[in-house]
Amino acid sequence: MTTNAFLQYCLTGISIGGIYALIAIGYTMVYGILRLINFAHGDIFMMAAYFMIFSMVNFTLPWYVSIVIVIGATIILGVVIEKLAYKPLRSAPRMSIMISAIGVSYFLQNVATYLFSALPKPYPAIGFLTKIISFGGISTSVVTFITPILTLGFVFILIQLINHTKIGMAMRAVSKDFETSQLMGIKINRVISFTFVIGCFLAAIGSILYFTPRPSVYPLAGSLPGLKCFIAAVFGGIGSVPGAVLGGFIIGLSETFIKAAGYSEFSDVFTFILLIVILLIKPTGLFGEKITEKV
Amino acid sequence: MSNILEIKNLVVSYGGIEAVKGIQMAVPEGEIVTLIGANGAGKSTTLKSISGLVKPKQASILYKGKEIVGQSPDFIVSQGITLVPEGRRVFPNLTVMENLKIGAYLRKDSLKDDLEYVFTLFPRLREREWQMAGTLSGGEQQMLAVGRALMSRPKVIMMDEPSLGLAPLVVKDIFNIIQTINKEGITVLLIEQNANMALKIAHKAYVIETGTITMEGTGAELLANEKIKQAYLGKTK
Ligand SMILES: Nc1ncnc2c1ncn2[C@@H]1O[C@H](COP(=O)(O)OP(=O)(O)O)[C@@H](O)[C@H]1O
Ligand SMILES: [Mg+2]
Repeated sequence: MTTNAFLQYCLTGISIGGIYALIAIGYTMVYGILRLINFAHGDIFMMAAYFMIFSMVNFTLPWYVSIVIVIGATIILGVVIEKLAYKPLRSAPRMSIMISAIGVSYFLQNVATYLFSALPKPYPAIGFLTKIISFGGISTSVVTFITPILTLGFVFILIQLINHTKIGMAMRAVSKDFETSQLMGIKINRVISFTFVIGCFLAAIGSILYFTPRPSVYPLAGSLPGLKCFIAAVFGGIGSVPGAVLGGFIIGLSETFIKAAGYSEFSDVFTFILLIVILLIKPTGLFGEKITEKV
Repeated sequence: MSNILEIKNLVVSYGGIEAVKGIQMAVPEGEIVTLIGANGAGKSTTLKSISGLVKPKQASILYKGKEIVGQSPDFIVSQGITLVPEGRRVFPNLTVMENLKIGAYLRKDSLKDDLEYVFTLFPRLREREWQMAGTLSGGEQQMLAVGRALMSRPKVIMMDEPSLGLAPLVVKDIFNIIQTINKEGITVLLIEQNANMALKIAHKAYVIETGTITMEGTGAELLANEKIKQAYLGKTK
């Protein structure tokens, strides 16, 4: 492998890893606050892609308006799912809410199939994102180049928000203790909704970055990426934002290099091996805390 | 003196089993009132009902003459009733300073004077301002839990077994602080299994047994009562 090829693969890997990181944050934050694996998260990511098709193709809105619409619609979708499918189960056994999440996942896939058919639909091209740029012997599309930068920017802002704002403090408190948080005057439902807002915002961004260089969207397009990002979150230590980011980058990079080495079919298998290995060696993941049962 | 808090006919059941069976209590403004009783008698349930954490099956809870049953916990805190929960429940993943600030979550004014006040009451907390609350000792966590509650500027502070699991010297400190806070004009509703200490500082006391109030009187009266001596003070005739 030449240096140039190596750098090229690094960039590709970091780029897809950045997208995985953005989605993995949604899994890890919802888990942190509700101890729920939001199985529907990958499908929310898929729905965001259809929102883009709707906006740009069906309504022929310009890309900058469409991005705002996609973000807004994805956030509304996530928050409504939480209110309808998870909130009523707040005091039910944990297994019930997990099953509800699986139900929502299938529901979204089937709604998408019903509304848009199972046939792949072309994803609209956002002009400037698909331009090819070259530097230092590497040539790449703008989207591949800006993805890691955007990811790190959002992660930085998110970590500041969690550690240095009042709502961030409330999120940390609610993630440890619902009852005592309520005694402080915190409205936990608002904090939970806010967590979904963040997760869905990042999933919407991730969706735009993920589908832009890909030809099409179909109703199951969110399930494999969703699963990989869930694994990224578990690998990094579910509940930990830096863990999810690191997990996303590791999976993105390894997948790219495995493909580069000519084992494309093996790349997804590798992700699952990674999951099994981490669960055997360090079940709490790289940065995970000991899992505390919340009362 | 008028009652800042009046509880009438409070009934709470958990899945069909009645934990509190229609109790009456009155808390006069500015006093220390204690509710003593054995484990499982329904003490915590009573406080949680006042805080809005538990929805009673039936009750009237008047705060300054206004009905507060059915209100949300954040409304009740905003009105000036705070609870120091059983087992301290500080946020282990927040610093001491953040724990204090989160106690004032609903306030929008400056916290400077209140922080100063809490640090004067508990100088050890000032030294540990940046430490994670989870690394504090049990006594320090109790101090933090009380300080956190004070940050909401309460008119009524309810404490659920503050002495539980603490060394005798620390317990003494905590009880001194309770009296200090009370002298500043804050009404205290204190739950204790440590009946001896609680009755000594209480103006008024209630005894709860399996969800029913079985006795009430001044702290001194109950302290002198033979039945109480046997059942709660570990003294034999
Ligand atoms: N969340 C709950 N679910 C079911 N039963 C409970 C719950 N909390 C308390 N109880 C029961 O209610 C009764 C009173 O409990 P509690 O108010 O905690 O007593 P105390 O604080 O006096 O020890 C006990 O029998 C206890 O087992
Ligand atoms: Mg109790």
